[in-house]
Amino acid sequence: MPGLIEANLPALQVVLPLVAAPICAMLGKGSRAWAFATLVAFLAFAISISLFIATYGGQVISYEMGGWAPPLGIEYRIDVLNAFVLMIVSGMAALVLPYAHRSVAAEIPAERQPFFYTAFLLCLTGLLGVAITGDAFNVFVFLEISSLSTYALVASGSWRNKRALTAAYNYLIMGTVGATFFVIGIGMIYMITGTLNMADLATRIIEHGDSRTLRMGFVFIFIGVGLKLAMFPLHLWLPNAYTFAPTAVTAFVAATATKVAVYVLLRFMFTVFGFDYEFQAETLKNVLLPVALVAMFAASLVAIFQDDLKRMLAYSSIAQIGYMLLGLAFLTHTGLMATIVHLFNHAVTKGALFMVAGCFILSAGTSSISSLRGIGRDMPWTTAAFVAGGMSLIGLPLTVGFISKWYLVQAALELGWWPVALLIMASSLLAIVYVWRVVEAAYLKPAPEGVTRREAPLSMLIPAWILVGLSIWFGVSATLTTTAASRAADVLIGSSQMLWEE
Amino acid sequence: MSDIVLDLDFVLGHYNYWMFVILMMTGLYVTVSRGNLIKKIVGLNLFQTSVFMLYISMGKVIGGTAPILLDDPDTVYSNPLPHVLILTAIVVGIATTALALALVVRIRETYGTVEEDDILKLEHEMDFGTQAHDGGRH
Amino acid sequence: MTDANALLLALSIPTVTMFLIAMSGSRPNIRDGISIVASICTFAVVLRLLESVMAGARPSVTLVEVMPGLTINFSIEPLGMLFATVASGLWIVTAIYSIGYMRGAQEKKQTRFYICFALAIASALAIAFSGNLFTLFIFYEVLTISTYPLVAHKETPEARAGARVYLGILMTTSILFLLVAVIWTWNLAGTMEFRAGGILEGNIDPAYVPFLLALFAFGIGKAALMPFHRWLPAAMVAPTPVSALLHAVAVVKAGVFTMLKVGTYIFGVGFLSKTGASEWLVWVAGASILIASIIALTKDDLKARLAYSTVSQLSYITLGVALANQMGVIGGSMHIAMHAMGKITLFMCAGAIYVAAHKTKVSELDGLGPKMPVTFICFTIASLSIIGLPPFGGAWSKWYLLLAAANAGQVVMIVVLMLSSLLNVAYLLAIPGRAFFAPPKKQVAHSLGAAASPSDGIEEAPLFCLVPICLTAIGCIVLFFAVGGLYEYLLSIPILPEAAP
Repeated sequence: MPGLIEANLPALQVVLPLVAAPICAMLGKGSRAWAFATLVAFLAFAISISLFIATYGGQVISYEMGGWAPPLGIEYRIDVLNAFVLMIVSGMAALVLPYAHRSVAAEIPAERQPFFYTAFLLCLTGLLGVAITGDAFNVFVFLEISSLSTYALVASGSWRNKRALTAAYNYLIMGTVGATFFVIGIGMIYMITGTLNMADLATRIIEHGDSRTLRMGFVFIFIGVGLKLAMFPLHLWLPNAYTFAPTAVTAFVAATATKVAVYVLLRFMFTVFGFDYEFQAETLKNVLLPVALVAMFAASLVAIFQDDLKRMLAYSSIAQIGYMLLGLAFLTHTGLMATIVHLFNHAVTKGALFMVAGCFILSAGTSSISSLRGIGRDMPWTTAAFVAGGMSLIGLPLTVGFISKWYLVQAALELGWWPVALLIMASSLLAIVYVWRVVEAAYLKPAPEGVTRREAPLSMLIPAWILVGLSIWFGVSATLTTTAASRAADVLIGSSQMLWEE
Repeated sequence: MSDIVLDLDFVLGHYNYWMFVILMMTGLYVTVSRGNLIKKIVGLNLFQTSVFMLYISMGKVIGGTAPILLDDPDTVYSNPLPHVLILTAIVVGIATTALALALVVRIRETYGTVEEDDILKLEHEMDFGTQAHDGGRH
Repeated sequence: MTDANALLLALSIPTVTMFLIAMSGSRPNIRDGISIVASICTFAVVLRLLESVMAGARPSVTLVEVMPGLTINFSIEPLGMLFATVASGLWIVTAIYSIGYMRGAQEKKQTRFYICFALAIASALAIAFSGNLFTLFIFYEVLTISTYPLVAHKETPEARAGARVYLGILMTTSILFLLVAVIWTWNLAGTMEFRAGGILEGNIDPAYVPFLLALFAFGIGKAALMPFHRWLPAAMVAPTPVSALLHAVAVVKAGVFTMLKVGTYIFGVGFLSKTGASEWLVWVAGASILIASIIALTKDDLKARLAYSTVSQLSYITLGVALANQMGVIGGSMHIAMHAMGKITLFMCAGAIYVAAHKTKVSELDGLGPKMPVTFICFTIASLSIIGLPPFGGAWSKWYLLLAAANAGQVVMIVVLMLSSLLNVAYLLAIPGRAFFAPPKKQVAHSLGAAASPSDGIEEAPLFCLVPICLTAIGCIVLFFAVGGLYEYLLSIPILPEAAP
């Protein structure tokens, strides 16, 4: 029996939350649905840890869904990159769900909560599926499972603020357009290769060589995924969706959904199209590089002028996605490492910060920065968590944000791209401004008269502090994450180069 | 020079792609330009349907028949894989439409309208108060 | 106790103190007692280390590998030991002084103050002991962050604005320039270790050396090289003990100390003088010395005047590095100790004047001398030391810097140093001069907040404030006579690359 479970871990990773989701809906009111969902998230996390350990050394797990051999059957192909992303996603779920109990209770009526957790597990399923599968069309299906459930989750913020409905609607329209672009792209490469298995695609694309159809396929996939990951200027859905969704959802989605989309981009660009596909290299340099740089500045500037904490963090996310895309645009080993390590680092940091925002909302009833004056005294632990998370966002030493920035700048300097290195640094100065606005308000301004704000409950504080702790731990000792990222970059570069040589 | 001459065979020979392109563009345009939330969904459906057309038509093999295995080894079949894929995509499309419509229903209940302009006005008022809006454009 | 353990102990005492202070926040006497005891313990451990270092030991501890190849490593060499001794020694004095000051001025949130103070000292020591550039950078930033709450301590709009400038400039320079320089160095040399004779020679195209040096020189904002000096006067909104220890000793000295470290152990003095890459820095530092002195002349606010004096004096040390010879390094290092002793005295005097008489402006000090004789005599001693007159410590460091300028053939810099001394006389000695010899002004209904205490009631500051002032003033004199040992010690700073084993 243990052998059977072990052999089928890749399938269980996805199937477990998928099957658990409808069960959750049937558990009725009360805490049962929540407890069940949390249990499932922890199991999923355990599975992804074991997958990560199994692949950390550079091994690749290939799992044939239903026993059908690839390339015809669907293959789950797990290398260190997938496993890393799986761990981020399921780990965040395992942290957000304990947090969600109190937070969701305050934001969503009791009779709706089981459905909320159902949607949450479906979202988890989708994200895990995207990360684990080795089949291009399967990516689309899972992407849509996660997106559809995210739309529903965002809309469930409407009990607190009705604008969540329009936010979800706009997200749905743009998300669906993105997904459809993605399918068109897959259709194009299917047309010329006749296969959907990623590894197989890679070989056949090389055999086939460059062509106009291939380029079109690449562009459609690039734009489609760009919409999903809120690549500037395709980010318009993100600020409202993050602002008006229930905080637990924001914390989870901000930490995982865009990261998974970045993973998809990485996978398609480097595994499928190949690391030295010339058209891609040009696109990266001429399109992605400027786009990423503009995102870093434009979004940070907008963030400075937001009064709502959640909205500010949302814009900051767009800027941080700019960092990830920038690392990608360098098209070097160090650049990819920076992107991959930032996937994790930003997930941890942003997750923590959104959780803190949720604590503020619970206690102070608002996330408007001007009404957070003097809150450092009333909610010392929550505010301290914000400061620590904010430092990581800025990229100060001893936090994970510093590690990302280090590799990003190193990548820029390796190429001799001086201005880019200075721009990266300059944009993190903007982060200081928007983080410090909050710090100043929280600590150095007097609290409004007659307002009582209680420290957030432990069930919310502990997950937030675990994330803060992780962001410090992996900022002080980043060997694990950077080694994983380095090997993942090897996988992305190495696998395709090997194929090109054949 | 011969490249520029309109190759009618080429154009007609790829008519399925033209249909796909026209449908796709129409759908995308409707989605982007209409202010009515329902019409946006219609546009989105059109857009998705165009992709279904693309996939299905590319699975067609000239002279091929429906891919139901016969004993005759000479039978030419159409490629079934794209069709199966599109079956999945249709399901996804239906789910999306259903969710979108559900959202529109809720929006109608809360805002009392399904016109984007009116909704934006209402949201603007929520942000800046009624007066700011009254002093605005007329 | 091995040297390595002593090193860790020296770093952990202030860190642990932080938590102890936090826990005893409700009992001020215990809290203040803890910070005095901790400062004495730290100093004792540092002295113990100093002894080993003078005997030739070079303890080294690696804490953790942050990224592959990049470790947090602490290694002691003579230069860092000097800085650590100065910082931890003066912590004792300031700890005593700040108790008198904070209670006398009835400041709020004293617990937060002492916590951040201990953290700042811990990071200053970590900077002093850092064994590679990476470690140094990390604690450089920790020092910035930990001093921010101290600068903003009063929470008034002015304090917030000052703290914003403080954080803004220090962060901007360190992230925009210093971090880029650090990563560039890592890319070039593949190591960040502080090594005798530098690590860059042979790894960098000499044409780029001036640029890299510029990234370092301006990136180390704490060295307050013009035009990035604005944070230092802005930080004067802080309570005086903060200005005294941090902005006369720990923070600014961390800046110039970093300059010295980078000059000697990253570039290598020999490499700098060979390529002539630091030529431009000589001129910038010289200009900074003179301009800051002239600005100091125009300031009526006592602390602002002292702040600009600090800017000017810090550039002496930068100049020492830029001259790129052994005398420059020795003069610069010596000036860390000499200036620290003198400037902390001046700041503590300024604080004592504020606590006792509530005066902050130079023009209000007329006739105050006879009422506060001890304070003003100490002020005079420290001023003379900073000006560089024997028998006060400052004379020696200026002497070695002059020698360095002569060795480097920079005649203009000799003139600059002389001119600067004259300017020092004008802006520093004028203060005790007015206090002792100008007739007291007739009280014309001052709208100052201090109107409550009429000037005839003014007497010396509390004993907690006076004792430290006297100690450091005597220190200025002692340093003059103890210089022989100091010089011998500073000669042990390795300038040339070690012969390959």
